[in-house]
Amino acid sequence: MPNRLTLSELVRQLAAREVSAREVMEACLSRVREVDPHLHAFLSIDPDDALAQAEAADRRLAVRPLPDDQPLLGVPVAVKDVIAVRHHPLNCASRILGGFISPYDATVIERLKAAGAVVFGRLNMDEFAMGSSTENSAFGVTRNPWDPTRIPGGSSGGSAAAVAADECIASLGSDTGGSIRQPASFCGCVGLKPTYGRVSRYGLVAYASSLDQIGPLTKSARDAALLLNVIAGHDPRDSTSVPETVPDYTAALAPELHGLRLGLPREYFIGGIDPQVRRAIDAAVSQLQALGADVRDLSLPHTEYAVAAYYIIATAEASANLARFDGVRYGRRVDGADPVEMYARTRGAGFGTEVKRRIVLGTYVLSSGYYDAYYLRAQKVRTLIRQDFLNAFESVDALITPTAPTPAFRIGEKAGDPLQMYLSDIFTLSCNLAGICGLSVPCGFTDAPRLPIGLQLLGPPFGETTLLRIAHAYEEATGWHCQKPPPTPTP
Amino acid sequence: MAAPQIHVNDVARLARLSLTPEEETLFAAQLGQVLAFMEQLNRLDVSHVEPTAHAVPRLNVARPDEPHPSLTHEEALRNAPAQTNGLFLVPRIVE
Repeated sequence: MPNRLTLSELVRQLAAREVSAREVMEACLSRVREVDPHLHAFLSIDPDDALAQAEAADRRLAVRPLPDDQPLLGVPVAVKDVIAVRHHPLNCASRILGGFISPYDATVIERLKAAGAVVFGRLNMDEFAMGSSTENSAFGVTRNPWDPTRIPGGSSGGSAAAVAADECIASLGSDTGGSIRQPASFCGCVGLKPTYGRVSRYGLVAYASSLDQIGPLTKSARDAALLLNVIAGHDPRDSTSVPETVPDYTAALAPELHGLRLGLPREYFIGGIDPQVRRAIDAAVSQLQALGADVRDLSLPHTEYAVAAYYIIATAEASANLARFDGVRYGRRVDGADPVEMYARTRGAGFGTEVKRRIVLGTYVLSSGYYDAYYLRAQKVRTLIRQDFLNAFESVDALITPTAPTPAFRIGEKAGDPLQMYLSDIFTLSCNLAGICGLSVPCGFTDAPRLPIGLQLLGPPFGETTLLRIAHAYEEATGWHCQKPPPTPTP
Repeated sequence: MAAPQIHVNDVARLARLSLTPEEETLFAAQLGQVLAFMEQLNRLDVSHVEPTAHAVPRLNVARPDEPHPSLTHEEALRNAPAQTNGLFLVPRIVE
């Protein structure tokens, strides 16, 4: 069952002709037919297109020597429904796009295709990436492969569930306040949010432009390194992408951590953490020490203000970015007597409840008379939060925290209370405000029910190499990342 | 402290967003709670702090101004909800 392989093992087997790209793609499609009627990780798939790409990869795999510049030749990678893939649907799990077909490839998709990957499927998400549970999708919730009564996390819930359930080899998600790391934690896979500017946002539908980054969800840290090698790098089409050299992220992977200095920010270890999560994180810290890391306590004093600052800045940016969905050039339209009535009716009918709520909040905090009190103040608090991290990284190489305070919660549990839902992102938001990199790696399970727990590693700007090294050494020592959910999720 | 009031109807009009009366009532209550939560930012003295708009600021970014192929007319109109004569069609603006 080649769909169960890690990306790195699959690449080896494809090169050795132990399996063909078509066989892998067929295995993924067969797995999707088996489990996705229950999980609903995918919004749509074009099987003929996927198999045609796999066959093209097989033709190149048949010619020796293999091309050096195609490290993902024949590897099926699935994509969150917020990233443009030429001639494929793009809906952001919203009704307002009304069957939009992308006219071009996002830069990350161009890079994946150039690297030989088989790019397939549209993965479910919270509408416009606004949410922490995938319950805000206009097309129905995705279920957690470990317990189908629970959410997979969000907003990249489909991306995490599809990887955990072996419906694909790896996937792409996007992370604005934890939307890669939190679902990775809840579904038991690895999720990496790169440093702001590390990966091009060209072709990513914008939610909050100063916070959004695309990143990989994978079955191991090595797989995340292999995908980051391909998608990272400067892009002239994204003026916020940074012209920083891209290292080989697999080069520093080692089985030990001698000489590394890790910090435990004490503000992340106060009340509200599930005791089983706390126990798993404590055990992980001991394991990292056993691997040679030096661990010390430190303080990020402005942590408690991150949720408030984030939901002001993110909704403000969202209210501006989503102004483009007006029914004029694309998507759904509801007619009105004049253009303004048409805009309002189109947006009222096309957007879901959480998106409308955030547009209202974002418009309010930017509006005349409230701008200074909310938006400008939040931007200043953002400076303090960022400075906390930069200070911390003068004495440590990375920080260790839980990815989320709890394991996956039940479907419907927080759906009626936006503030409680916003607070579930408490450990992941600061990373985006500070523009640093973060990674979630599986670090154990709760007892009953058996649900994955994630360890979050936070690193300085362009510190991805360090995070991947830590996660890899930890995986080698523990094997948590090899655990698989029950073979067939029962509805 | 009294929960801040948000006049959802006025804000939605600024955002060109029509809401049902039920949504207006729901959002007023929920966003009142959220804004009350945000009041905590007032505890910090930020009078001498510069705002951060981007965590990794880059200034005056330009790319080479070279002509290259872009979307065809047909592709640009492909997702249009209404079009005529190769143009996007919208309700009449000027009588």
